Amino acid sequence: MLDADFFLRWMNALTEAVNREAGRLTELDAAIGDADHGTNLQRGFTAAKAALEKDAPDTPGAVLMLTGRQLISTVGGASGPLYGTLLRRAGKALGDEAEVSREQLAEALRAGIAAVAQLGGAKPGDKTMLDALEPAAAALDESFTAAREAAEEGAAATVPMLARKGRASYLGERSIGHQDPGATSSALLIGALEEAAR
Amino acid sequence: MRMLINVPETVVADGLRGLAAAHPDLNVDVENRVVVRGDAPVAGKVGVVSGGGSGHEPLHGGFVGFGMLSAACPGEVFTSPVPDQMARAAAAVDSGAGVLFVVKNYTGDVLNFDMAQELAQDEGVQVAKVLVNDDVAVQDSLYTAGRRGTGATLFVEKIAGAAAEEGAPLERVEAIARRVNERSRSFGVALSAVTTPAKGSPTFDLPSGELELGIGIHGEPGRERRPMMTSREIADFAVDAVLEDLQPSSPVLALVNGMGATPLLELYGFNAEVHRVLAERGVPVARTLVGNYVTSLDMAGCSVTLCEADEEILRLWDAPVETPALRWGR
Repeated sequence: MLDADFFLRWMNALTEAVNREAGRLTELDAAIGDADHGTNLQRGFTAAKAALEKDAPDTPGAVLMLTGRQLISTVGGASGPLYGTLLRRAGKALGDEAEVSREQLAEALRAGIAAVAQLGGAKPGDKTMLDALEPAAAALDESFTAAREAAEEGAAATVPMLARKGRASYLGERSIGHQDPGATSSALLIGALEEAAR
Repeated sequence: MRMLINVPETVVADGLRGLAAAHPDLNVDVENRVVVRGDAPVAGKVGVVSGGGSGHEPLHGGFVGFGMLSAACPGEVFTSPVPDQMARAAAAVDSGAGVLFVVKNYTGDVLNFDMAQELAQDEGVQVAKVLVNDDVAVQDSLYTAGRRGTGATLFVEKIAGAAAEEGAPLERVEAIARRVNERSRSFGVALSAVTTPAKGSPTFDLPSGELELGIGIHGEPGRERRPMMTSREIADFAVDAVLEDLQPSSPVLALVNGMGATPLLELYGFNAEVHRVLAERGVPVARTLVGNYVTSLDMAGCSVTLCEADEEILRLWDAPVETPALRWGR
């Protein structure tokens, strides 16, 4: 079973991954967006980390809700509302249980992903974060490792896609051949789960 | 790339401190990133609030003042502000007459302003919203995020601000803002890529001898790259791209806008070419504004925005305005 400590470790591992990969995320964003994805997520997760350390929530749902709220209030751009909504909605779905199963987490993530899809209006195949998140949430029923692999494959699969949402969509055909920065950061989010489970 | 900065992390805050120092009549909250008219809330007046990523100065903070914006919310460089900023701005300027949000059509701006509208309404502020989406370089279809908001933002903010200053109620301010946007189109060209403080190197590689057609204002590449063209050729291309989508039956407002690094001498020369091609196409020009107003940091290049004016639009355009970047008639 996964308790609040596990979720705090998850958010910690994610913050570290974002800090480690910020340069790469920004490079990917420079190719088809506006070169700030890494910096923006760094700012958001740094703020979230401070908030979690100041007043550590004692349930899994509350960890995700607090992190999501911090992202909405500090990131801006599209990624703030989208990642903020993903985590808040997933946190809400977990309710106030002290411990949840991996299957419950997968179910909650799917609720978060549905909210993101509704907010951003994107479908799988549009070259967005959904292309990493959807296969990952499905594979999470199996294991954390399977989820991480599915997310990474999903992110890599965005390379040949034509962007239909967000700033990359302005490029039309020229968006083809680049990995989507949002799908890449989503793979970090799922990868951090595996780290937290170690 | 040499930049006149301290460290990338404080670029926006440093700029706000400088704006406050230059314009004591503005109320600049550096910590919460909100620029408000010093006399807000003005009794009975609709508040006009805009915001967006930084890097487009003087848009939006330079347009706060009498006859234009009531408040502006600057985000990080090229990143939309967060909902808390717009909700705070709305509360600061609302006199009870309501607030209009002027939102450039980008995924991030739309999402954050939507969330801000909910927050403000929860606090009892009546909020209407108008999207600016004038850039003809982006196909407005199901397969893109829709047309970008660029130069027409200046027209919308000036004219909606003037209507609000006259005491028009919220639904009229909203209606005229929408009308100005519907009657405006833009097209932009880059002669160099942009360098953001955070990245420190150009966001795309544009060899000398080439230019990008159909660029946005965030360093995102355009739709097409071509060998360098003359001012005359660029004017033909840009104006025709606009006129393909807007067939004005009345005189236009013209904004010949610099992207940040193109000298005014070149912009005025380009403006001469814009007027020439408009005359050739039989489009009379009612008013012209030339300068760096909706910029993209250090990008060289220009954009053309045309608005099919009518009597009311012209009257409100000519109405007095007193802001850091735009002032006349007062």
